[in-house]
Amino acid sequence: MDIVAIVLSGFVLAFLSPAVYAAARQWTGWLLALLPATITLYLGLVYLQPVSVGEVFAITYPWVASLDVSFSFYLDGLSLTFALIISGIGVFILIYASHYLAKYRQINHFYLYILLFMASMLGVVLAGNLITLFLFWELTSLSSYLLIGFHYNKEASRAAALQALLVTGAGGLALLAGFILLGMAGGSFELVTLLEQGELVRGHSFYGPLLLLVLLGAFTKSAQFPFHFWLPGAMEAPTPVSAYLHSATMVKAGIYLLARLSPVLAGTTAWSTAVIGVGALTMLLGALIALQQTDLKRILAYSTVSALGTLVMLLGIGSKTAVEAAMIFLVVHSLYKGTLFLVAGIIDHQTGTRDVTQMGGLGRLMPITATATLLAGLSMAGLPPLLGFLSKELLYEATLALGDYALWLTGAVLLANGIMVAVALTLFTRPFMGRLGDTPRQPQRETTVSLWLGPLLLAGLGLLLGLLVGIFPYLMSNLLAVPQVTAVLGQPVSVKLALWHGFTPMLALSGLTLLLGGAIYWQQARLVDWLNRVDPAARLGPQRLYQWSLAGLYGLAQWQTAVLQNGRLRIYLLIILSSGAALSGYIFWNSHALALPGNLPPVRFFEAAAAVVILAGVAGVMTQRSRLGAVASLGVVGYGVGLIYILFGAPDLAMTQFAIETLVVILFMLVLYRLPHFAVLATWPVRARDAAVSLTVGGMFTLLVLTVAALPPQLRLKTYFIENSLLVAKGRNVVNVILVDFRGLDTMGEITVLAIAAIGVYALLKLRLDDRKKE
Amino acid sequence: MSSLILSTATRYLLPLLLLFSIFLLLRGHNDPGGGFVGGLVAAAALALYGLAFGPVEARRLLKVEPRHLIGIGLLLALSSGLVAVLFLGQPFMTGVWSSIELPALGKPGTPLLFDLGVYLVVVGVTLTILVALSEDS
Repeated sequence: MDIVAIVLSGFVLAFLSPAVYAAARQWTGWLLALLPATITLYLGLVYLQPVSVGEVFAITYPWVASLDVSFSFYLDGLSLTFALIISGIGVFILIYASHYLAKYRQINHFYLYILLFMASMLGVVLAGNLITLFLFWELTSLSSYLLIGFHYNKEASRAAALQALLVTGAGGLALLAGFILLGMAGGSFELVTLLEQGELVRGHSFYGPLLLLVLLGAFTKSAQFPFHFWLPGAMEAPTPVSAYLHSATMVKAGIYLLARLSPVLAGTTAWSTAVIGVGALTMLLGALIALQQTDLKRILAYSTVSALGTLVMLLGIGSKTAVEAAMIFLVVHSLYKGTLFLVAGIIDHQTGTRDVTQMGGLGRLMPITATATLLAGLSMAGLPPLLGFLSKELLYEATLALGDYALWLTGAVLLANGIMVAVALTLFTRPFMGRLGDTPRQPQRETTVSLWLGPLLLAGLGLLLGLLVGIFPYLMSNLLAVPQVTAVLGQPVSVKLALWHGFTPMLALSGLTLLLGGAIYWQQARLVDWLNRVDPAARLGPQRLYQWSLAGLYGLAQWQTAVLQNGRLRIYLLIILSSGAALSGYIFWNSHALALPGNLPPVRFFEAAAAVVILAGVAGVMTQRSRLGAVASLGVVGYGVGLIYILFGAPDLAMTQFAIETLVVILFMLVLYRLPHFAVLATWPVRARDAAVSLTVGGMFTLLVLTVAALPPQLRLKTYFIENSLLVAKGRNVVNVILVDFRGLDTMGEITVLAIAAIGVYALLKLRLDDRKKE
Repeated sequence: MSSLILSTATRYLLPLLLLFSIFLLLRGHNDPGGGFVGGLVAAAALALYGLAFGPVEARRLLKVEPRHLIGIGLLLALSSGLVAVLFLGQPFMTGVWSSIELPALGKPGTPLLFDLGVYLVVVGVTLTILVALSEDS
């Protein structure tokens, strides 16, 4: 129950946030931060201890029981780690944004969106059912669209938001298909059950396609090659958003998914080939491109791509050490990258630029920010005693144990890590050391506490955790590694973390990494020159492809709109009616379903009279020389049909028909006198075509009705409804009970469509008004 | 278009028609009627008022924006479905009935709430279109 509250409270607060903002103004961020702070504390105090000794919590609420879809939550070491990262960093993001975005009028939107996002993200990592997980997964895509497009009046922001939405949304579609296949293969959508079915799923004939689809979903979300391009694009978002979504949380959703489903999907050659391959490639590519950037946020974005690649690669390897490395690196990366993004925002805020080549000498002016950056940079470079050192040692240990591929992968990791060291050096030395840079604004002193609090604490935590592992190795192993690795591997493991492993090959590699990093930093200008010459294709390829397909999509939409939706009601009707007739004709033709009832009951006098009324109405519509007359004749047709409903015992339908006929006449009256004079403009061939279509459609419907009447009556539903209407739904009017109860969901859909139609009509009419005003 | 007969008749017809529309809404569960047709009758009544006294008067009489009725109606229908989920832990749209017998209503339940939502959406949609059309002139 409390897990549900943890997830849903974010949504509730999100919708209350405009009211909070109206009352609290510049303190909104601090106030709203109380929620993630409470969640973090609660999770830490209540769940950390039981989870560290291997307990797992699961709750299930029925949702669509007939499809085995339930609203379930699941909390184990893996979910807890992610949930703590999400809520913990969320606290500082809210506080930071309250100052950083203070000058924007739409800051209240920001609070709404970011809380929505936080709650969705918590939902993803705490979901216990594939469909529940998917629901929250999509919500993160939607809320991140709103967040990336925060500066909605900037073209570039909107384009970046759309790009992120389309790429992750397409991945989401693949993921849904993958989840459905996975649920079918494993026999359940429930994680509790599914996680036990690894053997079954891996041996299933669906395994290949479902693996591909799930990986597509995870890779798009976590910006893996060739989908990595949306992440640097998303840097158009305000910096707090980048710090939260694009370093610590959303891009880790794909990592979470891979880790979560590892017990079910991992261990096959297909898995390790695809996941290690894509991960290692992304790791290298991200690192190389990061080196070429000069914009702070883009450096960070590409180094994030690289880090995500590392995580994916580790999960692909899937050995105990690799998973251990992944779990520690996950925490390390969230802490240092969150810090660095926030620092990038501070520098941007203070100096007015994000170009590292322009800035310098800020260290003396902003000692707290510089300290935070230094700590984060040391963790990124992997120096002891920071937690980053530990994860790097484990990373090398994992790749060294790979046998055939050990050399290649270790080399790749060494290169990527070397570049990360160089990047970390750049990020610290360029802005903070040397002479004061020539920037648009010259900062005078340290920024406010709202801005530096987050980076300082997050970076400090990276140091603290590292020290704690050194002092209490046993306790920290149980908190940081054992339950997480157990969850990913699907079996209990014993893990012993230690800050100091002794003189090992890993230590030598760590040393080598630092030397390499130093060398790269020293020779960066030359390297970048060389890289610029060889790789623009690799950098722009997927991005170009995306732009071409987007342009193609727009072109197709324009073409089909011009052809099918040309704005002439006559043509719409012609297309709809003739394709309806053609389709039913095809079915009659193909399945020989055409049947005529043997003996029709004799026609009663009233029935014949109603038919005559209708026919007279139709004749009137066709021959009238004024619109008013035609509308009145059409009304006669409608009332005639209503008469038939009464004769055949459908008073509900008849009443509705009469009411609608009346309203239609009123509507027509409002439009009529604004239309041009009535004139017959259609030429004879056109009229002949229209007559032919009308007769065909009418004939086809007659055949359809006769066929339905000839079929043996299907009594099952009818009997069910009649028997249960009063008993179960407590209503004697079966028609209405079906509408509001038995098939209430359909009605819900219908009134929603009605509402959308009304909005459409309203918009069309009002838009025209505005045009007229302009003239 | 102002006609003394129409406006005088409308004065007496409007409350009757509105009452009738509510009557249709309430009896719908057991006899012919329901939210949809009730909503149509109410919309027709208000449209009649608009024809007799002009759209401005009709808007003043209604007090709320017709567009807002659509949203309120949809929310009512949605929340009627959520009652079972939130309070009884049963699937969405499970009917819940009160045990108290009320005059005229019998034992009201969530289907009535749902029907009220349908009623409001229908009134809102019809009037939104009518108002937009008549204000356009």
